[in-house]
Amino acid sequence: MKVYYKTLRDLPREELFAPGHRMCAGCGAAIAMRWITKVVGPNAVIANATGCVEVTTTPYPETAWMHPYIHVAFENSAAVASGVEAAIKTLRRKGLWDAGDTKVVVIAGDGGTYDIGLQSLSGMLERRHGVLYILYDNEAYMNTGIQRSGSTPKYAWTTTTPVGAAVRGKIQWKKDIMGIVMAHRVPYAATASISHILDMTNKIKTALEYTTEGPTFLHIFAPCVPGWRYPENKTVEVARLAVETGYFPLYEWDHGKLRLNPPSNSHIDKTKRKPLKEFLKLQGRFAHLTEEEIAELEKELDAYWQYLAKLQTL
Amino acid sequence: MQIQKTRKIEALTSNYAVAYAVKAADVDVIAVYPITPQTTIVEKLSEFVANGELNAELIHVESEHSALSAVVGASAAGARVFTATSSQGLELAHEVLHIASGMRLPIVMAVPTRAVSAPISIHNDYGDVMNARDVGWVIYIAASAQEVYDTVIQAYRLAERALLPVIVAYDGFLMSHTVEPVELNDEEEVRKFLPRTPRPYTLNPRRPVTMGPLASPDWYYEFKYQQVLALQEAYKIAKDVDAEYSRAFGRGYGVVEAYRMEDADYAIVTYGGAAYGNAKAAADLARERGIAAGVVRIRLYRPFPTADVLKAISGVKALAVLDRAIMFGGPAEGPLYRDVATAMYMSGLDKPAVNVIHGIGQRTMYVEDLYKIYTMLREGPRKEVVFMGVRI
Repeated sequence: MKVYYKTLRDLPREELFAPGHRMCAGCGAAIAMRWITKVVGPNAVIANATGCVEVTTTPYPETAWMHPYIHVAFENSAAVASGVEAAIKTLRRKGLWDAGDTKVVVIAGDGGTYDIGLQSLSGMLERRHGVLYILYDNEAYMNTGIQRSGSTPKYAWTTTTPVGAAVRGKIQWKKDIMGIVMAHRVPYAATASISHILDMTNKIKTALEYTTEGPTFLHIFAPCVPGWRYPENKTVEVARLAVETGYFPLYEWDHGKLRLNPPSNSHIDKTKRKPLKEFLKLQGRFAHLTEEEIAELEKELDAYWQYLAKLQTL
Repeated sequence: MQIQKTRKIEALTSNYAVAYAVKAADVDVIAVYPITPQTTIVEKLSEFVANGELNAELIHVESEHSALSAVVGASAAGARVFTATSSQGLELAHEVLHIASGMRLPIVMAVPTRAVSAPISIHNDYGDVMNARDVGWVIYIAASAQEVYDTVIQAYRLAERALLPVIVAYDGFLMSHTVEPVELNDEEEVRKFLPRTPRPYTLNPRRPVTMGPLASPDWYYEFKYQQVLALQEAYKIAKDVDAEYSRAFGRGYGVVEAYRMEDADYAIVTYGGAAYGNAKAAADLARERGIAAGVVRIRLYRPFPTADVLKAISGVKALAVLDRAIMFGGPAEGPLYRDVATAMYMSGLDKPAVNVIHGIGQRTMYVEDLYKIYTMLREGPRKEVVFMGVRI
């Protein structure tokens, strides 16, 4: 990543995400939105998939968006952004665009990215539109209640993966969305967490600048108070523990090269990670886990770290 | 506007006629996915773009759902846009049809019509476009390659004035793949006919707006009612646009076309190229055999041209409404029949009217069969729906 902001004092002051929206107290996605809008600056069009962010920020006749903003449907935000990008390109060529170098940014949740929106995302990446696609990941369909998505981790409780005598939460592992995106050979893709603001904002800016080469992708970890069942003042703590336990590694894929970023770069050494349990124990969705199940999650996490370590050497 | 002096006539399929009209309209963004029988439109447009004859971005999307989504985004950003589809593709895009009209975006989409699965059929009927008749789009159904060309150009003018999306439909294969002479307009004249008027709301950072918001029960109904009003207004605009086009280019069609209806006792009311052509031939045959027969063709299908249809059929003793689509399970299976019957009932016009379904999955229809409709009307119109030509 390129470093645009060295300290918190360097961060943009201008607020482009208006207060008064209807997002939950302590919402991780709300923190992400505030910093996304600040960093992309005013000359951008936002295309948003249906989801928590969309319904809580656009209750007609009010809006939290100071950017030109469009929401069309759940699964097509990447296709909509493709159209916006193509329109700006042609209109500029014909002298009909008066706003200068306008960027196009998608904001979509995990359901709209991992599941129903995967096709349109893949299409957009393959066609190499100059669009920054930002996934805010709260690991379930939180807009509709708390239902499992392709991003929900194994054993997590949701309303469609309840914990019962026969089945204990979600059966499957979380889908590797970064792997899918990187397989499209995009110029830049990165993970970020709302707990590490400087890392996140520098990645947003880097990804935005790289859109001149093609599509870029950001996977932002955004905890959910009602969905994960933790107290609303613990959002940043939960997100920080996700990074510190190695549950959510911070890394970037820059022109074919994978690089782990601090603090995750030291986590290749397992002893430098906090125990996974510290992340899990704060959350009601994992309250039912047995020691064996936690051990299984840890084993899978170790395998994932080995995979990342290998990728880093390529 | 003056009628153009230069005439250029090309032998074109209706699909190519669409492509030439799109080129003349100086469209900015085209998003397409191949589907039979639409594909040759986008092949031709791809050629135009590849040759530098059309200065547009061509987005090769991965589905029709994304095609319509991309043109929604492009149109929202202020571009003039085009897409085309048929059958399953129109069904896949159905969700976005509602969104395009709800957002009041002037999108133009060509639909060479095709039967819908199952069983799979690539051949013609109007099952696809009839499933899209109630989604708030303006729908034209053209009956010749010339009319297809002229209608696409008219569609942009209507769409941009009414702020509504427009479908230009016509017979798949029977028109999309058959060659007819088409008189092409001078492209400069077309661009004068379609001036770039800035829209009040687009996705421009200099004038930010939020499009596609959430509307609570306090607001949703008003949005939908405004669409009702917009379509009512589009009826008038469509007539104006046709008249202006006629003055500029010498060709006009009206919203309803009548053939030998001046003194007709018996009428066939229908839509589409093959049905209209055969019905006209049947009317000629019936006239030769002593029946005062006529044909009414619906060109503007949505908004439904109620007043014009009622006027056209006001003098007849009985009528048959020919449908090339089956809308299952209703009081009658023909979609146009339901429109005509509703229009008659609401205006108090009480005439014997029979619904005839024909040409499903491109089942061949013969002029002689359509002639028999006139004899049936004269001898006593049936009450039940007639499924013409089906093996029972």
